[in-house]
Amino acid sequence: MEEKYILLSKNFGYQQSKLNEIVEYTKKKLAEKNLTGKVAVKLRLDNYYINEQILLSILPDKLHYTKVDFKLIDEIIDDYLINGKIVERNRFQCDELLNRFFENFGDYNYFNKQLRLTLRNCGIIDPESIDDYILADGFKALAKMLTKMKPLDVIEEMRKSGLRGRGGGGYPTYIKWTNGHRAKSETGQKYIICNADEGDPGAFMDRSTIEGDPFSIIEGMAIAGYAVGADKGYVYIRAEYPLAIKRLENAIKLAKENNFLGKNILGTNFNFEIDLRLGAGAFVCGEETALIASIEGRRGTPRPRPPYPSIKGLFGCPTVINNVETLANVPVIILDGGDFFARIGTEQSKGTKVFALAGKVNNTGLIEIPMGTTIREIIYNIGGGIANNRKFKAVQTGGPSGGCIPEDFLDTPIDYDSLIHAGSMMGSGGMIVMDDNTCMVDVSKFFLDFTQNESCGKCTPCREGTKRMLEILQRITEGKGELDDIEKLERLGETIKLSSLCGLGQSAPNPILTALRYFREEFEEHIKDKKCRAHICKKLIEYFILEDKCIGCGACKRKCPVNCISGEPKKLHTIDQSKCIKCGACFETCKFNAIIQR
Amino acid sequence: MFRYQEEILANEIKSIVEKYGNKRENLLRILQELNDKYNYLSEQVLQNVASCLKISPSEVYGVATFYSFLNTKPKGKYVIRVCKTIVCDLNGKDKIINTIENELGIKVGETTKDGLFTLEYTNCMGMCNQGPAMLINNDIYYNLDPEKVVEIIEKYARGGDSNVD
Repeated sequence: MEEKYILLSKNFGYQQSKLNEIVEYTKKKLAEKNLTGKVAVKLRLDNYYINEQILLSILPDKLHYTKVDFKLIDEIIDDYLINGKIVERNRFQCDELLNRFFENFGDYNYFNKQLRLTLRNCGIIDPESIDDYILADGFKALAKMLTKMKPLDVIEEMRKSGLRGRGGGGYPTYIKWTNGHRAKSETGQKYIICNADEGDPGAFMDRSTIEGDPFSIIEGMAIAGYAVGADKGYVYIRAEYPLAIKRLENAIKLAKENNFLGKNILGTNFNFEIDLRLGAGAFVCGEETALIASIEGRRGTPRPRPPYPSIKGLFGCPTVINNVETLANVPVIILDGGDFFARIGTEQSKGTKVFALAGKVNNTGLIEIPMGTTIREIIYNIGGGIANNRKFKAVQTGGPSGGCIPEDFLDTPIDYDSLIHAGSMMGSGGMIVMDDNTCMVDVSKFFLDFTQNESCGKCTPCREGTKRMLEILQRITEGKGELDDIEKLERLGETIKLSSLCGLGQSAPNPILTALRYFREEFEEHIKDKKCRAHICKKLIEYFILEDKCIGCGACKRKCPVNCISGEPKKLHTIDQSKCIKCGACFETCKFNAIIQR
Repeated sequence: MFRYQEEILANEIKSIVEKYGNKRENLLRILQELNDKYNYLSEQVLQNVASCLKISPSEVYGVATFYSFLNTKPKGKYVIRVCKTIVCDLNGKDKIINTIENELGIKVGETTKDGLFTLEYTNCMGMCNQGPAMLINNDIYYNLDPEKVVEIIEKYARGGDSNVD
């Protein structure tokens, strides 16, 4: 078994004969030095990545070289393989970010399709150690900016990067910053707010980002503060995330001690402070004007815009509000340049997006993919396919503001505009995969129940409209639906969308409208045939005992809470449908699969 | 005696309000701390806060009732919040709820007679990849199954509130 490998590959389109010569030469040279058997020479697939002719890698030492020629082979074999001195000539440093990540995780299937910019340090550094973060190029962007860039340069770099807000709306970040920068403040005070009030059901990107790499948020906020001209920042974080809160508090403390926050940061005259504000369990506070109200200590209700917060926000001062993920991307853009960032992604959506992959897939967890990756790749390659070999039914993106995307749209590339076209939206990044055991009416009901509960009650369409829609859905799942219910739902939904005050109301009907668009026949089945094909809607299920399988053990009879099962011991039992409350206890108890749902 | 207790309460609240500063904008943080301290915000507490901040009690009440993590009614020593979100639901949240209900003899929204446990639903707490999940006060438990839940609850009932893995 060889101890080391030399991998050779050529750039796509480059001469094959030249590569063969190099391979032969390397083998010959190794044989001359009696290294055959210790070092293996292998070819690998054509490389699309670097435009520099032949590439060579030494594994497991992770040394990479470009522009390989005979002389370099000599040097590598003589100096490195024999004398252990690393050859620096033509050694190639690919983007450090990519490199670092693949060094650690490149071997895993789950990670192969991923590209980690936002989560570049998650799982690699110790989130409670500032030294670790600094070793991973932390605060380098801040230092570069403070020494070499003016606020407008920072904004220009953000413009080049094409970064759009990752909270869901997709508003270009640089425009927010420009508005904040230009806005006049009477007192001279401006604020930066980091929105970590991630409330979408099925989303946990912000929690994981903060838990895994809290310093990058701090650095991002400080950079935003410099660009906008703010010296005070708030992180508004949910009380449901105790660990994230602890890590962030620790990170802020350490950053202050090391002069990355506070007065005269890194010896310049830039001051920036960050304070934490905890939410108290209100989803609507993720809406920016509601969030501001909450920081001001009021009820978290939204207000009409304009004026936008970047003109008149917290305490009446210009305020720039960015999502956690957006801010975590900022140090990358400043350090590696907007052009580097803009290389990744699609025409209109640049960079990467973090998704919280959950539901019925084999691999669940946090993933980060370049924009433009298709939903199919996410579910079947990264997610490892549907769990328990069941059939894919739909994928829900965008949480309560998004929608369910059916199988026909699996090849949709992930970017802001394509998802809207498919009837859903990017949202903050929740991605819930559903198999054929899921009832779409029930799912719609769940999301509507959520928004109805979380509606702040300020404007009528949202407060009353969602309630009425929920009542109709409730009726349908109980088998009391009427034929014109679908039309009523659609009409109400459109009205709520048009007339609500804030994003919560305007998007609340989305899950149900898309469900109606793609899974209409399921709604009709519930209404006309009183059937739920996924056996989820309890009131529509009927339990039956199969004659040939029942041995009359009486286990179901004893379990039944309403005594509606009758039958002599060792004889066929029957269920009295008029008394049955459809609790399913008998179904779970029967060891002989004699009870079925239908 | 009663008056004496009232005075203590007023002084305690005053010192907490002063810690954060006598400003309107600190109301939410003050209420959060008082909620942790007294387990719920009684009318008396709310009125004291209002007079310290010189705002109307109705305004304080409005804020206190808006946020679901602030209680205006007494709750158990340990508040169990089970995630009701769709992913936990797909992963069998109902079984967890049934087990807790049976174990404690209460329904969702109720408090046990000994004042130890309150059972509630909560919205997503971001543990979707490891659901079903629940929060007991500030500790998160995930990958739950009925047996594990019973174990955790028994541990709390015995008075230990450290994490069970």
